[in-house]
Amino acid sequence: MKTLHKLDVSELPEYAFGHRSIMWWGTMGIVLIEGTMFVALLGTYYYLRSQSTGWPPESPPPDLWFGTINTVILLASCVPNHLYKKAAEREDLRGVRIWLVVAVLFALAFVAIRVFEFRTLNCRWSDNAYASTIWTLLGFHTAHVVTDLLDTLVLTVLMFTGPLKGKRFVDVAENGMYWYFVVWAWLPIYATIYLVSRGGGV
Amino acid sequence: MKLSPEVKAALHEPATDTEAALLERTWARPRGLAGWLASTDHKEIGRRFVVTAFAFFLLGGVLAALMRLQLSRPELGLLDPDLYNQVFSMHGATMMFLFAVPVMEAMGVYLVPLMIGTRNLAFPRLAAFGYYIYLFGGVMIYVAFAFDTGIETGWFSNVPLAGPEFSPGKRTDFYAQLITFTALSAMVEAVNLIVTILKLRAPGMTLNRMPLFVWAMLVTSFMIVFAMPTVATGSAMLMLDRLVSTQFFNPAEGGDALLWQHLFWFFGHPEVYIIFLPATGMVSAMLVPFTRRAIVGYTPVVLALIATAFAGFGLWVHHMFAAGLPKLGQSFFTAASMLIAIPSGTQIFCWLATLWMGRLRFTTPLLFVLGFLFTFVMGGLTGVMLAAVPFNLQVHDTYFVVAHFHYVLIGGAIFPLFGAFYYWFPKTYGRMLSERLGRWNFALMFAGFQLTFFPMHILGLHGMPRRVYTYPAETGWGGLSLLASIGAGVLGLSVLLFLINVLLALRRPRENPANPWHADGLEWSTTSPPPACNYADLPVVRGRYALWTKGEPTVVTGLRRDRMFVLVTHVLDAQPDHKREMPAPSLWPLLAALATTALFIATIFTPWGVVWGLIPVFVTLVGWFWPKQDES
Repeated sequence: MKTLHKLDVSELPEYAFGHRSIMWWGTMGIVLIEGTMFVALLGTYYYLRSQSTGWPPESPPPDLWFGTINTVILLASCVPNHLYKKAAEREDLRGVRIWLVVAVLFALAFVAIRVFEFRTLNCRWSDNAYASTIWTLLGFHTAHVVTDLLDTLVLTVLMFTGPLKGKRFVDVAENGMYWYFVVWAWLPIYATIYLVSRGGGV
Repeated sequence: MKLSPEVKAALHEPATDTEAALLERTWARPRGLAGWLASTDHKEIGRRFVVTAFAFFLLGGVLAALMRLQLSRPELGLLDPDLYNQVFSMHGATMMFLFAVPVMEAMGVYLVPLMIGTRNLAFPRLAAFGYYIYLFGGVMIYVAFAFDTGIETGWFSNVPLAGPEFSPGKRTDFYAQLITFTALSAMVEAVNLIVTILKLRAPGMTLNRMPLFVWAMLVTSFMIVFAMPTVATGSAMLMLDRLVSTQFFNPAEGGDALLWQHLFWFFGHPEVYIIFLPATGMVSAMLVPFTRRAIVGYTPVVLALIATAFAGFGLWVHHMFAAGLPKLGQSFFTAASMLIAIPSGTQIFCWLATLWMGRLRFTTPLLFVLGFLFTFVMGGLTGVMLAAVPFNLQVHDTYFVVAHFHYVLIGGAIFPLFGAFYYWFPKTYGRMLSERLGRWNFALMFAGFQLTFFPMHILGLHGMPRRVYTYPAETGWGGLSLLASIGAGVLGLSVLLFLINVLLALRRPRENPANPWHADGLEWSTTSPPPACNYADLPVVRGRYALWTKGEPTVVTGLRRDRMFVLVTHVLDAQPDHKREMPAPSLWPLLAALATTALFIATIFTPWGVVWGLIPVFVTLVGWFWPKQDES
């Protein structure tokens, strides 16, 4: 057996960040799947709009205020998100703890205001297909926010209690990646629910 | 954990017997029932996955046999119309959602890590979760069927037929949840396979040296990632319409019935290629050893796989030609449907050239490959015919269409799959299947298949519609229908012969031939069946046909053997990048799958199922991800 040629990998590290890590690729796979679902729902909205005579069919469009405020909060949440992701990549536990907590606060604020968004959509999901679509779009995005909020909470607790190992920082960094997806996916949904719905039919 | 100097020194050398035994202990799962349920070994999961899918194949086959019995003579009363509706719907849904897609994924789960020279899938627990979700979804629909709540509106369940008005009761809700189960399972396995293939290949296995089956699984997995979400979205919308009175598909309230067809067929057509492409990968893998030469046109075959995947997303409307769409759209989708014959044709010509230039060994797998080529090309020809709108309208919803898609699906997927069973069975179970029975198996399956489905072309041209539970004698369809039913009996016999072959083989003592076919693939270099760690020393790959490449074999050293480590490599050139410790076997994926199943089934009965169901799902997921104490 000793005559075999050898490729020694003992000096290689035991984890890596970004696209070198399999966590990054796994997260990207989830993002592609969820992204396709958002596209399917947005496609539904525009398809139904193209088949309709008046848009929105019966009700006034959703109120602008809460949705717009929430968009600003979501965009601002990119700052703590960026900071905890960078801290994770530096393996700076203190920074990770601080900015994770801040990020959780932003997400909580967002979810609280989301309740008011639902209340000012000016329609009920069962009114008509337009109403069903915007309720589902908003609901599906909320599901993502809540999922990532719970993920972030679990990671935050883990960062305070342990057990900790270097590769857990990779998980934190990838959680930050996923939050970016939740933020960027919101922008076309915001534009659709709040802006296109005021533009009338086609 | 500190390593002693001797252990450290040994790390830099290929494994001795003692170290191979240590490695084996590290990778072995715990014993007993709990260990069995907790297994995260891709070989064990893959095997269960294939066996489960095969069990659903048998159930779907029994349903088909019932239909053929009912249709064997005019005006038989064996099945009443309501039961017949459920039988054909369950048959279609079983074969598509519970057999064809899962079995291909399952073959990938079993074979890919062996073929690319690693120890497990990238996300072993996710693989277990995906399997359990699939299993529970399948069991759910058959339990529902046993209680007279099977699917009744066909495997694609068009609205308004499947809407709350025309399909009251819970039957269609179970259908919608079956889609949720199978889509979730397929999507997690697809992501798992993509990451495994891109990041865990043996050093030296550049993309350009990747086995064609692995390429096929990679392309298929990407198709799943883009196709399954639309049908999952559509089925969620169908559930919402039925359960909480949303109006997506209700034209009276601004909804649109065709929306369902768009969402469904945007998945439904790629689905055909999700089933077919892995089968082409199997064909490419089996041709090499049995023609004793390299595949002709490796690069065109890879490009054809990718082109098929892209084009496969541009055809869905040809399932909707009878739905009254604008002419321009129809022309576009006609052109696209004809276009896809080009990459399929490219692959077929590459295989023909390989056969032509090879020295053939007529083993059972090769016979199945030849049966595939003949049958699939016939299905492809009727496919080109159906792409033409006037012809399509003429035979819409007739047995001609039934004949076409069975030629494509059985010809394109089942023949290669059975060949693959014969080919890889010795790797999995350490015993050969009988070649003698295998040849009979093939001959009966081929003859039975043609006898069953060729007459359906003619029945369709004579105007016999699909999905009728019976027909009057005056139509003159009786003779050909009887012929088809006899053929189905022969087909059933061939499957029985396969089962006998398997049982006889499993009763024989193990022969453990590492490479009985003198094949080229990496998977044939390890023992049969492979050890828990797959390879005592991870291999380094130096060519496309790993075992046929000349020169001194090279192995990876320096990976700890007392922990579950794999080597992560770069995406394009497969250069070593870092080592990664894999999670241990765990019961959490099973518990998470149980919680998710409870949520899905509760949702059929009340929308609050989502709210309350999420709590156990969350708890099990936290249990899954929470690191063990020994990490710190």
